[in-house]
Amino acid sequence: MVQHDSARLDASFAALSDATRRGVLEQLGRADASITDLAERFRMTLTGIKKHVGVLEQAGLVTTEKVGRVRTCKLGPRRLEEETAWIERHRQLWDARFDALDKVVEQLKQKEKTNGRSKKK
Amino acid sequence: MDAARRSEPAPVKNPTTVERKSEREFVVTRTFDAPARLVYEAWTKPELLKQWWAPKSMGMSLLSCEADVRVGGGYRLVFGLEGSKTMAFFGKYLEVTPNSRLVWTNDEGEGGPAVTTLTFEEKGGKTLLVLHERHPSKEATDEGIGFGEGLREMFGQLDELLVTLPAAR
Repeated sequence: MVQHDSARLDASFAALSDATRRGVLEQLGRADASITDLAERFRMTLTGIKKHVGVLEQAGLVTTEKVGRVRTCKLGPRRLEEETAWIERHRQLWDARFDALDKVVEQLKQKEKTNGRSKKK
Repeated sequence: MDAARRSEPAPVKNPTTVERKSEREFVVTRTFDAPARLVYEAWTKPELLKQWWAPKSMGMSLLSCEADVRVGGGYRLVFGLEGSKTMAFFGKYLEVTPNSRLVWTNDEGEGGPAVTTLTFEEKGGKTLLVLHERHPSKEATDEGIGFGEGLREMFGQLDELLVTLPAAR
């Protein structure tokens, strides 16, 4: 199974463990939004929604940018997907290599057995 | 051999694991059903290395393979890409401990060499292979060992190929 840096995963799962935060991600998946937009949509105070966005931001799932008085939120670099893809790419290559290496090693084993024939189990 | 078999024994496939340790490092592990000296031999004799480093199943072809496995010795692997393009991987060996440990540089990347440490741990006639690779930067790790666009294309092809392959092993 794919393994990640566990601290980062913990942050991601903690961020995703809350229905409002999942709602925010879903919302941002459709369009970027300001803190005020999100507060209205989720019927929360600005302080409340800022807290949720802060958790998502820490997990790298959301990024925010302040322009003038408006803080705009958008989906973050989505490291989970990227990392999974990265690991899978490497795993495929090494797995294919090692399958081929298995065959080479098996040949060496057979050769040694034929040549040596000294060791018996 | 305890039973009559065809030319190849039906292998129980050992899993390959890949773990990203940090922004600059990753580790690949795999167990082989053979003593360390044989696995080591397959890594250090160019004519053997050539047989598996560029697996056909990956659509890769190795044009040449040189490896002078001793401290300070160099290696050079040249792959053929589409058309007449080639890609070379090269570096030198920093540590050579027969049947147990190899350390080499990967000098083809920009921004400094990546260093690969390979250890062979034998236990009960099997060998646990641990490959650790440290890159000069996060960007270089993301790219992989000089895995530029050429190889990314190949991976794309592989993805397609894997879908079409039957589960026969």
